[in-house]
Amino acid sequence: MQIVQLLLFLILFPLISAIFLLFAGKSFDSSWIVKISALGIGVVSLYLLAAGFDKGLITYACSSGPVDLVMIIIELVIAVYLLYLGIRHRKYSAVILVLVQAALILWFEATYGHKIELSFNLFFDQLSIIMALIIGIIGSLICVYSLGYMETYHQHHPEIADRRRMFFFLLFVFLSAMFGLVFSNNLVWILFFWEITTFCSFVLIGYSQTEEATNNAFLALSMNLLGGVAFAAALIYIATMDPSGRLLELNTLIYSGYVFAIIPAVLICFAGLTKAAQLPFSSWLTGAMVAPTPVSALLHSSTMVKAGVYIILRFAPVLMGTTEGLMIALVGGITFLLTSCMAISQSNAKRVLAYSTIGNLGLIVACAGVGTYNLMWVAILLMIFHAVAKSLLFLCVGTVENRIGSRDIEDMGGLIERMPKLAVMMFIGMAGMFLAPFGMIISKWAAIEAFTAAPFGLVFIVILAFGGSASLFFWCKWMGKILSVMRHQENVETGIRPEKWAVLYILTGLVVIVALIFPLISSALIEPFVMQIYGETTRLAQANITIMLLMLGLLIIMPFSMLFTRKAPRIAPPYMGGMSTEGGMKYTGSMGVSHDLVLSNYYLKNYFGEERLFMAGTLVCWGLILIAFIMIAGVIL
Amino acid sequence: MTYLAKSPWIIHYDASSCNGCDIEVLAALTPVYDVERFGIVNTGNPKHADVFLVTGSVNDKNREILKNTYDQMADPKVVVAIGICAASGGIFRECYNVMGGIDKVIPVDVFVPGCAARPEAIIDGVVKALGILEAKRQAMNDRPAAAAKPAGDSV
Amino acid sequence: MIPEPYASIINAIIYLLLAPVAGGLIAGIDRKVTARMQGRVGPPLLQPFYDVGKFFEKENLVVTTTQNFYALSYLVFMAVAGALFFSGGDMLLVIFAFTLSHIFLVLGAYAAFSPYSHIGAERELIQIIAYEPMIIITAVGMYMVTKSFYVGSIVQSTTPIILYLPGVFIGYLIVLTIKLRKSPFDLSTSHHAHQEIVKGVTTDFAGPNLGRIEIAHWYEYVFLLGVVYLFFAWNPLIAIAAIIIAYFLEILVDNTTSRVKWQMTLRSAWLVAGTLGVINLGVLYYLRMVVVP
Repeated sequence: MQIVQLLLFLILFPLISAIFLLFAGKSFDSSWIVKISALGIGVVSLYLLAAGFDKGLITYACSSGPVDLVMIIIELVIAVYLLYLGIRHRKYSAVILVLVQAALILWFEATYGHKIELSFNLFFDQLSIIMALIIGIIGSLICVYSLGYMETYHQHHPEIADRRRMFFFLLFVFLSAMFGLVFSNNLVWILFFWEITTFCSFVLIGYSQTEEATNNAFLALSMNLLGGVAFAAALIYIATMDPSGRLLELNTLIYSGYVFAIIPAVLICFAGLTKAAQLPFSSWLTGAMVAPTPVSALLHSSTMVKAGVYIILRFAPVLMGTTEGLMIALVGGITFLLTSCMAISQSNAKRVLAYSTIGNLGLIVACAGVGTYNLMWVAILLMIFHAVAKSLLFLCVGTVENRIGSRDIEDMGGLIERMPKLAVMMFIGMAGMFLAPFGMIISKWAAIEAFTAAPFGLVFIVILAFGGSASLFFWCKWMGKILSVMRHQENVETGIRPEKWAVLYILTGLVVIVALIFPLISSALIEPFVMQIYGETTRLAQANITIMLLMLGLLIIMPFSMLFTRKAPRIAPPYMGGMSTEGGMKYTGSMGVSHDLVLSNYYLKNYFGEERLFMAGTLVCWGLILIAFIMIAGVIL
Repeated sequence: MTYLAKSPWIIHYDASSCNGCDIEVLAALTPVYDVERFGIVNTGNPKHADVFLVTGSVNDKNREILKNTYDQMADPKVVVAIGICAASGGIFRECYNVMGGIDKVIPVDVFVPGCAARPEAIIDGVVKALGILEAKRQAMNDRPAAAAKPAGDSV
Repeated sequence: MIPEPYASIINAIIYLLLAPVAGGLIAGIDRKVTARMQGRVGPPLLQPFYDVGKFFEKENLVVTTTQNFYALSYLVFMAVAGALFFSGGDMLLVIFAFTLSHIFLVLGAYAAFSPYSHIGAERELIQIIAYEPMIIITAVGMYMVTKSFYVGSIVQSTTPIILYLPGVFIGYLIVLTIKLRKSPFDLSTSHHAHQEIVKGVTTDFAGPNLGRIEIAHWYEYVFLLGVVYLFFAWNPLIAIAAIIIAYFLEILVDNTTSRVKWQMTLRSAWLVAGTLGVINLGVLYYLRMVVVP
């Protein structure tokens, strides 16, 4: 089978499934469509890996005439729908942005679009494979997980209208759009898919139709549209400067030289910053946490927001060594530092995950913005590790929420007793986020080493040193919370559907496997990609990889030490000044009153409070973005 | 001598003492007597301690605390009752709420009499307790499960 | 340059065997000197070994059996971190392994679900985030001078690293106080008789587990002082003198200051890392990259 067929299959198959799901009658059990489609998408993504990992960059001709027309029509329909919703809910900023963007796109099509016939609309390289694997495997797993989650969700929230058909329709449309986004070479197509993801995100955030959800959905919409406007402006600029339209091809554009490419690069990277929820725009992602948890896992941590960093990564060679690139990198770096600190002050598990997601995307942006070859390597590695570990964590939180009815970390105390399997999975997921020798820490380490060689790298090293320690704090206190052994707890890990377990097991396995085989991923996919763009590449030293693997092995066998204790230890209640009762779960206070023991984590709000840091970050990052815009204005003039 | 006797860590509990004995206990732990010479450390935590120094008599209120603290010490451990109140209730013996000496609640190994007990006597009592501690360790090694009996020695 | 594999393995083994001995002796000297500073005779030099010997003679008393696992993991990964360091491994990897081991200690304290352990665990975490930036800056500073992250190459460098990194060195000494659990920064637990909210992170460890934690501390001492050595590696005699002086200063500070709050600990450690450390590196960067490219 030709690879181009695989690409088209991956784009179209989820779309067909989506349509089936939308029209599947009540008599037909739609969960089978979801499962079979998910399986199909996953298998084909893997097949794509097997078929294409050694191929390098390939571009495909694909006639664009009728497709372009269809895209325009869909975009206009969406714009009209958004206008309707915006006016109905009196969200005039969103209305204005929809109008501006629709006007830009129409003008672009009227002036240039119909004249331009690109020869290579689709392309494919190792970065596309990596993205496709993330979308295809993690995305389809999350879709399967959603089946069980949404059922419980509606049982718990009878007041929310059951719009599950639309929900699954949008999930699969979204998968299709993501595949389209990573396989498109034509920037016009990328913008189209980009807007589709924005739209899916908008509708899914507002799923519960509460006032909060609607407001947050419009917030997300406005910020993403702001990026979309910048993206459209970039297209118009390219078409104005080069009416032949050759430079609308991504792989041509990035080699077209600084003077030409930097302007669209900055505009599109600005769009990337909005999509990746970098600092001035981070509020949409934290607000998006009102969506059902699988949506947060799929759109707001492992795939859609990755589209933002994906596009910045594509432009990394253009940004390398430029002041504009440095500004974008600084936005990412400051986002990483501040959101890692802000996460300390949060007790809502999903908000913590959201802030950590923003922070790690910031780190990827920082790597891409500086754009040297070894940072590119780090950025891709970060993307992989983050997608796997974070989707697992979101799904674990979702499952816990389903069972205990709370997503507050303070309510997760003693999870190791109440839901032992889930607690171990969460432990592995969190270890994947911040502990050696798992994924993210490998990347942070490589990032520090890579930044030593980069211009102004010192700034980023300092950011990494402080931000990294802050993230350690919030992860570890959460970890401690779930691992604290609260005695005499009931096991409530029942009634979780088998397909949910299957998804959780697979993702947990992936976190460990990815940490084990990352040298293989690096040499098969990342290194050839970096090599092909920069002509040189990097990797971890063999000795260090061996040590990491030994450490990982040690970490895996350490729990078995518990089986080999010579004598059973004597259990005594914890020390509580002499007055602990009931195995240390209560204590006797003055007047002989018995109190429950309640332990709460530190949140250090006075130091890491959200508002203050957010204000500071917003100001600084707007400043940096303005500088970048002023610089490109200078280039135009 | 084993390590146990070279490093006896102490926890001090004031049951319902008049503070006379407590001051003497703390005096024994001051730099003047410098008991760290013998490896003695005053911990605040029963889980780290080997020697339990108790002053004052037991009453209904502190009975459970005393028992709880004792239970949280890892074996082998010894209890030293300091002052006449800890031994028998002393002048508070007839009070309506006083149960008597601390041996009513936990097994006592060494009684150090006095009102208040002198620091020298306290140190002597602790040294005496170390011998018992060692005997208990051997007993623990011989019969791991069985608890050592209180020796009830007196200075 | 990666050093000879055999030599590095032998170094690691020597560390694993001898570091507890050296660490215990350092702890003994520490207690003796401290006692003299306070006008006391103090315990015998070998007292730390007696203490640890005693811990292993005692019964294993736990709140939850998982504590055994956490205490053992703390010891094992501390030893791994130190062994990596002494076998000439990558400094950053060493730091990450070092952090990993502390995470286990913290998790062990959390696992007990007890108020004192809990506060100790939270404070230990604050201490970790307080010192970690400075330690990473130290590693990067050494890289900037010697162009290598490998301890094996740094130690063979003929450059007097201290002359390039005086600010980093002072910063490192300040966070060393946190790491050695000495006043004024002994928030989470204290290394000897001092008490703070009972015994902080170690409150609910008893017997053999406490012994394992103590041995891990010994491994830690040797590793931390090994980093001090690196600053003076071009001349071993000066390096050893520097270690002795540095440690003496730590004891002096321990005995002449009172404990501060966590706010002060965090603020001062980050301030030191952010000023002394960053300015030092900035100057170095400027000299290396701009003046003499």
